[in-house]
This record gives sequence, C-alpha cells and structure tokens, in this order.
Amino acid sequence: MEMTFTVNGTQAKVEIDPAETLLGVLRERLRLTGTKEGCNEGECGACTVLVDGLPVDSCIYSAAATGGRRVETVEGLTLDELGRDLQAAFVAAGGVQCGFCTPGFIATLVSVLRENEAPSEDDLRTALAGNICRCTGYSQILDAVAATVSRRNGR
Amino acid sequence: MKPAAVKYARAGDVQEAVALLSEHGTDAKVLAGGQSLVPLMNFRLASPSILIDINRVNELAYVREDNGSLLIGAMTRQRDVETSPVVAAAVPLLPQALHHVGHVTNRNRGTVGGSVAHADPASELPALVTGLAGELTVEGPKGQRTIAAEDFFVGTFTTAMEYDEVLTAVRLPRLPAGTGVAVEELARRHGDFAIVAVMAAVHLAPDGSVDLVRLAASGVDSVPLRLHSAEAVLAGAQPTADAIAAAAATVAASVNPTGDVHAPASYRRDMAQLLVKRAVGAAIERIGVSA
Ligand SMILES: Cc1cc2nc3c(=O)[nH]c(=O)nc-3n(C[C@H](O)[C@H](O)[C@H](O)COP(=O)(O)OP(=O)(O)OC[C@H]3O[C@@H](n4cnc5c(N)ncnc54)[C@H](O)[C@@H]3O)c2cc1C
Repeated sequence: MEMTFTVNGTQAKVEIDPAETLLGVLRERLRLTGTKEGCNEGECGACTVLVDGLPVDSCIYSAAATGGRRVETVEGLTLDELGRDLQAAFVAAGGVQCGFCTPGFIATLVSVLRENEAPSEDDLRTALAGNICRCTGYSQILDAVAATVSRRNGR
Repeated sequence: MKPAAVKYARAGDVQEAVALLSEHGTDAKVLAGGQSLVPLMNFRLASPSILIDINRVNELAYVREDNGSLLIGAMTRQRDVETSPVVAAAVPLLPQALHHVGHVTNRNRGTVGGSVAHADPASELPALVTGLAGELTVEGPKGQRTIAAEDFFVGTFTTAMEYDEVLTAVRLPRLPAGTGVAVEELARRHGDFAIVAVMAAVHLAPDGSVDLVRLAASGVDSVPLRLHSAEAVLAGAQPTADAIAAAAATVAASVNPTGDVHAPASYRRDMAQLLVKRAVGAAIERIGVSA
C-alpha cells in the first residue's frame, strides 16, 4: 500500500507493507539509519522518534498508521539549535560512548526541552525511563541536559 | 524476525470497524495504539490476517464527566488520561496507576481501551476498572451492550467481548472528594509490568470510620481481582493497624496466583497481602492531601 507522511519537514510517499513498523520504513525504505533497532518491543528506547511532536517507540508503531502524521528523527532534530546544543553537550559531557542509544535520547530530550525550558530532575527521570543506556550509567547524560539547560537559559 | 504478512483497513467510525470485523472473522484484529499488538506481531506471537486500524476514530477519544461517573473513550491515549485534570478530580487513582504503565513513550501511544481489551492479568488498568466496579461498553453488529468489569475479564488475555465487537468506552464511578488513593507495586524496575500490584481507595466518615473502600489486585490470578473479603473487613471499621492487618489476612484466600520465572505462587500471595497493608495505609495517610 502507499503511505504519505511528513519526515523531518518533507513529505514522503512510500510503498509499504502493512506488516512493517515505522522504524522499518525509516531505516530500510528511507535510509534514515540514525534511528536504531534495539529490542523491537518498545522496552529500550533506541528507536525513539517524535510523531506529531510526541516521543514514541518507532519499532512498535504501525507504519500503516503513520499516514498523514508528522515524524521527526534524529537527522531532522539535530538541524535546529536545540538539537545541536544537546548534541554538543552530549559530546562534551561524555554522554555518548558506543552511541547506539543516543538518537533515542536526543529525540526524547528535544521533546522534553521544547515543552519545558528547565525540567526538574524528576521530570527528566520520568521522561527518560524508557531510554536505556548500557555505557554511560546515565549521569553523564543528565550532566549534558543540565549543561544544555544552563547554556540555553543564559543565552 | 519480521512480522508475517497482514492486510490493513482503516475504519472511519465505530460502525465501520464493526462491519470490517464481521466481514473478516476471528483472524482480524483491531489496531489501537499497537503497544501490545505490534510487539506480538514483531515476534510472530500474533499473526492476524488483517489489521483494522481505529486510530482515526476520533469519536472514541474523550474524557468526560457523566452523571456522577467518569466516561473515557476507548481510543483516549493513556498519557492524555494521566495528565487530565478532569480525571485527577474524579478518579485520582487512575493517573497514579497510569504512572506505572510502561514508559511515557508507551503511554503517548497506548490507549485505555487497548489495555482493557488486551486483558493482561498483570496490567494496572484492568485491575483498576475491576476494583472500582467500572463498566465497559462494547458495540457489535447487534448494537451496544454494557458489561460489568467483573464479568468482562474471563481469563488471561480473554474478555467477554465477541470477535466482532469493539470496546467503545470505560465508565468509572466518581470517587467522593477527600478519598485517599494509593498504588503499591512489586516490580523489578519502574515501568516494567508489576509482579504484583495492589490499588486502594479509602474514604473516611466524620467519625473516622471507613465509609468507602475499594481494593484491587493484579498479577495474582488469571483475571484482575477486586478484593471483596478485605474490603468487607474494613467497611464500617475504624482503620486501625489491627483492622488493616485483619483485612490483609483475608487476601491469601482471595488470590489464586501461579508461579513463573519472576516469582513463585507463594511469594506472590505473601506480597499481595503485604501490598494491601501498604496500599491501605498509604491511601489513608493521603486522605485530604491531594484533594
Ligand atoms: C515497553 C512496554 C511496557 C509496558 N508496560 C506495561 C505495564 O507496566 N502495565 C500495563 O498495564 N501495560 C504495559 N504495557 C502495555 C501497554 O499498556 C499497552 O498500551 C496496552 O496493553 C495496549 O493498548 P494499545 O492501545 O496499545 O492496544 P493494541 O496493542 O493496539 O491492542 C491490544 C489488543 O486489544 C485489542 N483492542 C484494542 N483496542 C480495542 C478496542 N477498542 N476494541 C476491541 N479490541 C481492541 C487489539 O485487537 C489487541 O488484541 C507495556 C507496553 C510496552 C510496549
């Protein structure tokens, strides 16, 4: 079947199989390979993207149900200032090691920081509970968010 | 692994979904948020012949007060319910329970109706609906019918709905102002399915005696349970530590857990009893605080 949706601001018309997930369409049909496949069951958050502004697990999001929706992936999210600030802060704070989880963290955090310029630690922990990182131990990631928040608020 | 081939149809309204279900028979599956169905398909634990997508059935996405009860459309996203001030005022137990359902990403997409229709005995929402004596409205080719929660859940992943029926709404009685509520869970990590969960709602009369108590448990039987015996001990009593312990002591006989890789049956039974004690205590402590 044919499916039309918006990806990173551009309309895309793709031929899909209704058994596919949004993750499969992004990676295999559109070659947007920044978004990663981890557990394939919505547990790990490596595949997090924004659909109509909200973070979701693209590995358990039906591709067919994506028609007409607005999807943002790490490729698009790091084109604007907020995404770039986060990216730089992750690098500076050591929030990236193997990097597999990073695109999902960036997607979740962009959505949090769009809504709230100064999220509490509790807000962040709730929002990030669905993003697993097996390298950093998370504290460097929270440091990166703190650095992003203070940088943006000082600007 | 990739999911098996499947067909897809998008329903514009409830009647259309029902017609598609009748046409395609028992191998068809309604697609709501997909937070249970898509993982099952990804691992080929489910291989429906056709998905009937109800995500655009906007008439099923609402929260409203209706005649002393809270009415929630089946397609309302769990996150929207969790953050709704209408819900927090009418049934404060509900946002607390939702906070334990998966992660924000899952709740952004997962629906109230999907969780109820899926009927996982470890899930929070089926237990909450059962404990609060909620009602489920379903629509099929012969029209609408309303089913009491205790009759709706009939077994693990099994409900009283026919294959050609769509769950349309969940009705929960409003809790009186000043009701204390608490959710107590045993889970390996926050957001995991609980091994055992207990939910409590308690309201006290001016003389301090219990004039309303609702207790629910998940993970302790093939269906969610309302803990009638424990409620009966507390109803009308002063909620002393002894009374709460006596109520909790009835729980072992009310539950019927099976052991699995997460915990043996005996441990679940003991935990259910302990969590009832904690949940009732916490609910009473919070009376008036959140009101
Ligand atoms: C990582 C992760 C963690 C989770 N943790 C928890 C947890 O801790 N607690 C918990 O309770 N749940 C948890 N869940 C499950 C989650 O709550 C699901 O959202 C919910 O169980 C299903 O809702 P859905 O809208 O996604 O339904 P779907 O997955 O689309 O559907 C589920 C089933 O219900 C049927 N169905 C759906 N809607 C209707 C309807 N209106 N009428 C008739 N049939 C219908 C479908 O055909 C399907 O069989 C978790 C899920 C994930 C991915």
